[in-house]
Amino acid sequence: MPQQFPALIIVIPLLAALLTAPLGALSRRLCYPWLVLIMGLTLCLALAIIGQVINSGPISYHMGGWEPPWGIEYKIDQLNALMMVLITGAGFLGALYSGPSFEQELPGRQTLATTLYFLMITGLLGIVITGDLFNVFVFLEIASLSGYGLIACGSADAPLATFRYIIMGTIGASCYLLGVGYLYISTGSLNLADLHNLLPQLYHSRVVLTAGALMLVGISLKMALFPLHAWLPEAYYEAPSAISGVVAPLYTKVGGYLMLRIIYNLFEPRFFIEIFPITTILSWAAVCALLIGSIYAIAQKDLKKMLCYSVIAQVGYIVLGIALANRAGFTSAILTIVNEVCTKSCIFLATGAIIYRLGNSRIDNLQHLYRRMPLTMLAFTVGVFSMVGIPPTCGFFSKLYLLFGCVAAGQWSFIVALLLSTILNVIYFFRVIKAACFEDPQPDYSRTEDYPQVEVEEVPAAMLIPILIAASAIVITGLGSHWIIINIINPMIPVGF
Amino acid sequence: MLEFIISKYNFWFYVVLMMIGLFAMLAKRNLVKKLIGMNIFQTAIILFYVSIGVKKGSVHVPIIIGGHGHGVQLIHAADYLNPLPHVLMLTAIVVSIATTGVALAVMILIYNRYQTLNEDEIIHIRQARQEAGV
Repeated sequence: MPQQFPALIIVIPLLAALLTAPLGALSRRLCYPWLVLIMGLTLCLALAIIGQVINSGPISYHMGGWEPPWGIEYKIDQLNALMMVLITGAGFLGALYSGPSFEQELPGRQTLATTLYFLMITGLLGIVITGDLFNVFVFLEIASLSGYGLIACGSADAPLATFRYIIMGTIGASCYLLGVGYLYISTGSLNLADLHNLLPQLYHSRVVLTAGALMLVGISLKMALFPLHAWLPEAYYEAPSAISGVVAPLYTKVGGYLMLRIIYNLFEPRFFIEIFPITTILSWAAVCALLIGSIYAIAQKDLKKMLCYSVIAQVGYIVLGIALANRAGFTSAILTIVNEVCTKSCIFLATGAIIYRLGNSRIDNLQHLYRRMPLTMLAFTVGVFSMVGIPPTCGFFSKLYLLFGCVAAGQWSFIVALLLSTILNVIYFFRVIKAACFEDPQPDYSRTEDYPQVEVEEVPAAMLIPILIAASAIVITGLGSHWIIINIINPMIPVGF
Repeated sequence: MLEFIISKYNFWFYVVLMMIGLFAMLAKRNLVKKLIGMNIFQTAIILFYVSIGVKKGSVHVPIIIGGHGHGVQLIHAADYLNPLPHVLMLTAIVVSIATTGVALAVMILIYNRYQTLNEDEIIHIRQARQEAGV
C-alpha cells in the first residue's frame, strides 16, 4: 500500500472532485465536511510520502507499470515531497476556512466551488509530483483552468480580471509547450531525468537554447515575474477570500518550483551560466520585481491589493535565489518558497477574515481592529514579521541566505536592492499595523468616556483556526529551518556546487 | 535561401500562424477577437507538434499488423510515422477546448455586467462607475 501513495495522492482529490457533484445534489451542507476530510487525507498522504523520502531516499513510481523513459514517471525526491506537504497543507487550511467563507461569498454555489477546489489541488500536486515534461503541461492547465473558474466567481469585476489572466496564462502555457516540443525534436524524450542525461551533448544546439528560453518565459508568465506580472494583482484581488488564501500562496510558488527544476534538474546550472547566460537577465528581472512590487504596494490604499503586489515582490526573492546559482542562493530559493506559502497563507486568510467582518479591506477602515479581532491581528502581525524578516520567523532565514548568496556571487548591487526592498516592506506593512493599532476617528484620548467602546468580534472558529495554524507554521518553519536545510535542501543541491 | 525556407516550411507556417494569434491577442480590443487569437495561437502549436511526427521515408501509419500479441513480427521503426506527438496533441486539443469554454463562460459574465465586449468601453464604464462610487 505505501508504494501506491504517489498515485493515490493524485487520484484521491481527482475522484473526490467527481464525487462532489452527486454529494452536493444530496445536500449542499455535505460539501464542507467532504472537502475538509479529503484535504486532510491528502495532507496525511503527503506527510507519509515525505517521511518515506527522508528515511529511504527518492521514490520513483511508474504510472501504469510502464518503464521510464517511455512511460510517465512520478519521481519524488526531497523537494517534491516538501512541495506536496506545502500544497496539501495550504489546501487543508483553505478547506477548513472555506466553510463560513463560501457561505458568505458564494451562497448556493458551494458544490461547484468545492469541485473546482479539488481540481485545483489535483493540478498543483500533479505539477510537482510528475517527472514528465508533457504531464507537467497537462497538470499546469488543470490547475490554471480551475483557478480561472474559482477567481471568476469572486466580486463583480472578477470576470474581466479572469479573462486577462486566461489570455496571459494561456500564452505562458503555450510557450512552455512549445519549449517541450523543441526538446522532444532534439532528444526524442520527455522524461526529466532522461533529458538531464541526454541534453549535455546538445548544449550548443540552437534548438535546445530556444527550448530553454521558451520554457523559462512560459513559466515566468505563469509565476508573474516582472515584467510579466500585469495580470496578477487584479485577478488575486477580485478572487473570493478563501480562494485567494490558497491561490496566492501556491500558484506563483509552484511556478518557482518549476523554474528551479528547469534550471537545476532539466538543464545543468552551468548551461544557464556559461553557454546561455539567462541567469543574469533573470536576476535583474527579479531585482526589478522586488523593488517595483514593493513600490506599487506602498501606493495601494487597499490591504488586499497591497498584498497582491507583495506577491509580485516575493516572486522576485524566489527568482533571485534561483538565478544566483550558488549554494546559498539555492537554499534561499527553497526557504523562500516554504516561507511564502506559510506567510501568504496566513496573511491572505487573515485579510479574508477582515473582509468577512468589515465588508472591505481599505486601510482607512481598519481602526480598532486590534481590539475587535485580536487573534486575527496577532496572526497577521506574525505574518508581517515574516515578510519583513524578523527572527525567529522563516522570512528571516530565507532573506539571510539570500544575502549570503549575493555576497558569494559578489553582487553588491543586489544586496542594496534587497535591503531597500526590506525597508519598503517595513513601510507598507507597518502602515497597516499603524492604521489598525493606533489610529482613531476621534483622536482625543484625554477623556476616557470619549474612548470608543469596541466589542471583540472574531470570525467563526472554522476561519480563525486555519489563520492561527498558518501563523504558528511561520514560527515553526523558522525555528525548524535548520532541519529543513539538513534533511531536504542539502540532498537536493546539485553536485559540484 | 529559398531552399532553406521551403525545406522547413512547416516551421514557417506555425510561426506565421502563431504571430497572427499573438497579434490578435495583443492588439484587438474586442474580447471575442482576443479569444479567437488565443485559439489560433494554440492551434499553431498543435500543428507544429503534428508536423514533427513525420520522418523522412516513413510511409506507414503506426497500425502494426501482428501487434497485441498475435505473434511476434520484426518491425522496422523507420518505416512508421512517430505517433507520440499526435497522441500528445489529443490532450493539448482537449486543454485548448476547455480553455475556450472557460473563457466563453467568463465572457458571458463580462457581457452581463457591462453590456459590451469591447475592452475600451469596459474600461470607460468601470471608470465612470468608480467615480460614481458604485
